[in-house]
Amino acid sequence: MSEVYKSMSISNPHPPFEDGVQKAMAAIAGIGLLILILATIGVESISTPLNLALSIGLMSIGTIGFAYRAFRIKPAGIKNNGVWFSSAMSRGVIGWIAGIVITGFYIVLYWYEGLLGLGASGAANTGLVGFFDPLAMAIKGTPASQWFVYGTLYTVAILIFGVRFIWRYRHNRYQVIRTLSVMGFQLFFAYLIPEILESLNGEYATKWFDKDMKNMWPLDYDMFDAWHINNMSSTGILGWGFLIFSLLMIFVVSPFLTYKYGKRWYCSWVCGCGGLAETAGDSFRHLSDKSMNAWKIERWMIHSILVFVTIMTIAVVYGYLGDGSQYYITRTMFTMIVVAVLVIVGGAFYYFMNKRKDAKKDLQKIIMGIAAVIAVILLINFLTGSGNAFFIDNYTFKKWYGFLIGAAFSGVVGVGFYPLMGSRVWCRFGCPMAAILGIQQKLFSRFRITTNGSQCISCGNCSTYCEMGIDVRSYAQKGQNIVRASCVGCGVCAAVCPRGVLKLENGATDVFEKTIDIRNNHVQMDTI
Amino acid sequence: MNIVIIGNGISGISTARWLRKLSDHNITVISSESDHFYSRTALMYIYMGHMRYQDTKPYEDYFWEKNRIDLVNDHVEGVNYETKTLTLKKGNTLQYDKLVLALGSKSNKFGWPGQDLNKVTGLYNLQDLEKIEAYSDGLNRAVIVGGGLIGIELAEMFHSRHIPVTMFVREKSFWDAVLPQEESQMITRHILKNGIDLRLGTNLKEIVDDGKGNACAAIALESGDKVDCGYVGLTAGVSPNVDWLKESGLKINRGIIVNDKLETNQSDVYAIGDCAEQANPLPGRRGVEAIWYTGRMMGETCAYNICGHDISYNPGIWFNSAKFIDIEYQVYGEVLAKPKEHHKALYWEHEDGEKSVRILYDINDESIVGFNLMGIRFRHEVCEKWLREKTNVKEVIANLTLANFDPEFYKKHEEEIAKSFSNQCDLNFSTPKKSNLDRVLSFLKA
Ligand SMILES: Cc1cc2nc3c(=O)[nH]c(=O)nc-3n(C[C@H](O)[C@H](O)[C@H](O)COP(=O)(O)OP(=O)(O)OC[C@H]3O[C@@H](n4cnc5c(N)ncnc54)[C@H](O)[C@@H]3O)c2cc1C
Ligand code: SF4
Ligand code: SF4
Repeated sequence: MSEVYKSMSISNPHPPFEDGVQKAMAAIAGIGLLILILATIGVESISTPLNLALSIGLMSIGTIGFAYRAFRIKPAGIKNNGVWFSSAMSRGVIGWIAGIVITGFYIVLYWYEGLLGLGASGAANTGLVGFFDPLAMAIKGTPASQWFVYGTLYTVAILIFGVRFIWRYRHNRYQVIRTLSVMGFQLFFAYLIPEILESLNGEYATKWFDKDMKNMWPLDYDMFDAWHINNMSSTGILGWGFLIFSLLMIFVVSPFLTYKYGKRWYCSWVCGCGGLAETAGDSFRHLSDKSMNAWKIERWMIHSILVFVTIMTIAVVYGYLGDGSQYYITRTMFTMIVVAVLVIVGGAFYYFMNKRKDAKKDLQKIIMGIAAVIAVILLINFLTGSGNAFFIDNYTFKKWYGFLIGAAFSGVVGVGFYPLMGSRVWCRFGCPMAAILGIQQKLFSRFRITTNGSQCISCGNCSTYCEMGIDVRSYAQKGQNIVRASCVGCGVCAAVCPRGVLKLENGATDVFEKTIDIRNNHVQMDTI
Repeated sequence: MNIVIIGNGISGISTARWLRKLSDHNITVISSESDHFYSRTALMYIYMGHMRYQDTKPYEDYFWEKNRIDLVNDHVEGVNYETKTLTLKKGNTLQYDKLVLALGSKSNKFGWPGQDLNKVTGLYNLQDLEKIEAYSDGLNRAVIVGGGLIGIELAEMFHSRHIPVTMFVREKSFWDAVLPQEESQMITRHILKNGIDLRLGTNLKEIVDDGKGNACAAIALESGDKVDCGYVGLTAGVSPNVDWLKESGLKINRGIIVNDKLETNQSDVYAIGDCAEQANPLPGRRGVEAIWYTGRMMGETCAYNICGHDISYNPGIWFNSAKFIDIEYQVYGEVLAKPKEHHKALYWEHEDGEKSVRILYDINDESIVGFNLMGIRFRHEVCEKWLREKTNVKEVIANLTLANFDPEFYKKHEEEIAKSFSNQCDLNFSTPKKSNLDRVLSFLKA
């Protein structure tokens, strides 16, 4: 029998709608969306506060109602029936259309905001942005921008799909609590508090954190830009407090939490990108590529981007620092600090890699090499008195990073490709924050996924539903714990495993040897 | 040395992988079912749309070439043990120095009238699944005969596509030949709650022909009820797939008889997995154990023996697991439907009726003998260590949290369990201590 089964999954399409109520709910959400579209294309008479409430309300009621019928009224348990038969969820026609539409929306959002009705140079907003003016006025007393519209829709999406996710996994308290957490962090720390602060405090407050209080460098890649630093350092104790808090987050709090719980504390409990992926992206998690090749590409990409963002940040700060008259630190001090940090990071890497009994030593050299090269180039430029940190104009990096990574990757591809490459494309291939947390997770975290003795039946559910494309089964069937830099600790592999093989947990006693045991080696070498 | 393995299931593939780890021999794996190894246990998930066929392959396709394991898609029709030659269906012959038979099982048929009609299958291989897929189109009802682990999976498959299911189950309560009464009743309730028409105490009398050679109804023996349907699934157990070798000079009882080195009566021929029958099974074990884990262990043991290490097959302490629709099941140690005379069973069931813990101990010395779990996950290594060391049941209960393997934040029930157990016997169990992974690790190391 040759491989005819490849096409088997599409031979019996599951009916897309279960019952009349679900059809009605889909229609209600559709009407809500239609109102939004009509407002976007500029139908004046639609653009009223009432209709805005109606539009968001109908979309929410429709989606939540649909999810209620799909999950809440059915017995609790894993609900993956028909996933690969659904056109939307298996890169069928609907999936491709959705991918193209979302990608298109992001392109417009980032580069053609005029199409969304943003008033140019002080003119009143029209279209979609104008439609949201009343809400913006109510929350912060100024008209909307395309980012306000985006933030609102983003938050609404996390909330309604969060409800869906909670119903879907309601038998699993880890999933329920984690989802409440991402919903809360999005609603308060990335939406309401920043918007309200802006209204209370004028332009400064929000400029401390770029609209999302819980982002830190390098996800918030312009955290160390001059305007950012200026805003923080010129707004008294609060601004300074926030600057110090940000630095502590990067260098102390985050490594500590990652040591305690793995990168999941951020990636699947706090982060907004992760939040959207886990909620609105949940239906697409199985579309991530599990192949060895994908893993190779992933490692190269994400770590290159981390190097890129590091270089860019150093260049930007180097660029605006002078002799110390404007800022507390001078270019000389900064250069020394950066070199010191690079040496410490390289040294820490060396130390932990040596301690880990199963680490690949070639990686050790690569990382130390990169840190050394950055330090040396920076020093050469500094010593020759160059105004540029890395030979090239300091802002060139920034321009390219902002365009390629900040917008094109994290936004357009990151969300637009949900229906094509799974919900965590950005988190897996692009996010420099994920890269740092991943390295920490791999080097010194207590976190791992334990495999339960020999119980694995190699079925493949865990690998299939891993949104990060980790071939969980390849470890589970050996009986080896899973410690992968990319694992965001979503816990879905453990949830879908039909044999109870996987458990996410933390333990301090075996941090450097947690993957040594291969529990399924049945014949013990010492008996030979 | 040319080593030929017939069968690319978990047993044959485990042998091939371990042979490659241990040696540089030529390895050929022959199968007429699929080009590559896939996970048989995942058949249901393909049908239900959880996974595609390619997702059930535990190794990427490049793996075989990289590890120099030759794959042949053909059917072996004859073996000559004298000349050490295999005859293949497509006409080739193949020489071996060592032969490993990893032939798996076939679905049982007990001579029911109509059992060979169209629209009647078992659920064992990809070919079965392909037929079931084809018969599902517009199917009004499926009848499933036999209530074991595969029967309930087949029922769940149709259920997932909203195809009505009737199950004929011989036992008075679901799988009660294996499960103790309370667990069996729990699963019975769960099946009924899911809207499956479960007919207990019902044997199949015959399958009715619609005149065109297709099954159109199943008739129950006891009640004479006729259930109209468009498909009948036969899942009354499996037996070793060895019929074609019966006349070949191989010693066969139910399965191919092997000694503790997994050698058959023919020299340089081994048999492993579902198709093998231990000549002298270890105490408490059966001769044929058709499960995934034993296949994997035999496969590995066989590779060591082929490579000249002298290793007796020892499957260790019994464990198994399954899932009945939404209820997970795990067992460690000796848990029989009716406990042995000197074993005492303690049973706790959650008020929702879908979780339970059963613990058995020996009344003579209070040592632990088994764990049976429904809807709660236990840690394999911890249970195994307790069982191996014949730990006192009081110590087990006092440390019960060490065994918990449920996801984080799940409600813990150990206190309640200990209380309930204390009421069921004259041992006074102390409240289980709190636990965490570090305690588990140090317990396992100790
Ligand atoms: C639906 C289902 C669910 C299951 N679930 C579980 C579970 O959850 N847990 C568990 O422990 N066990 C489970 N089992 C049992 C488990 O899958 C089997 O015990 C295991 O797969 C047997 O492996 P094997 O390698 O011995 O044989 P098989 O996997 O059957 O492999 C034998 C292969 O050899 C081929 N073959 C046979 N004869 C020839 C020939 N003459 N020429 C060429 N090729 C030949 C066959 O086509 C087959 O591909 C399940 C079984 C089924 C059918
Ligand atoms: S390995 Fe498991 S917990 Fe980690 S990202 Fe994948 S599915 Fe989530
Ligand atoms: S760990 Fe669980 S889900 Fe993954 S392959 Fe093993 S049994 Fe299947």
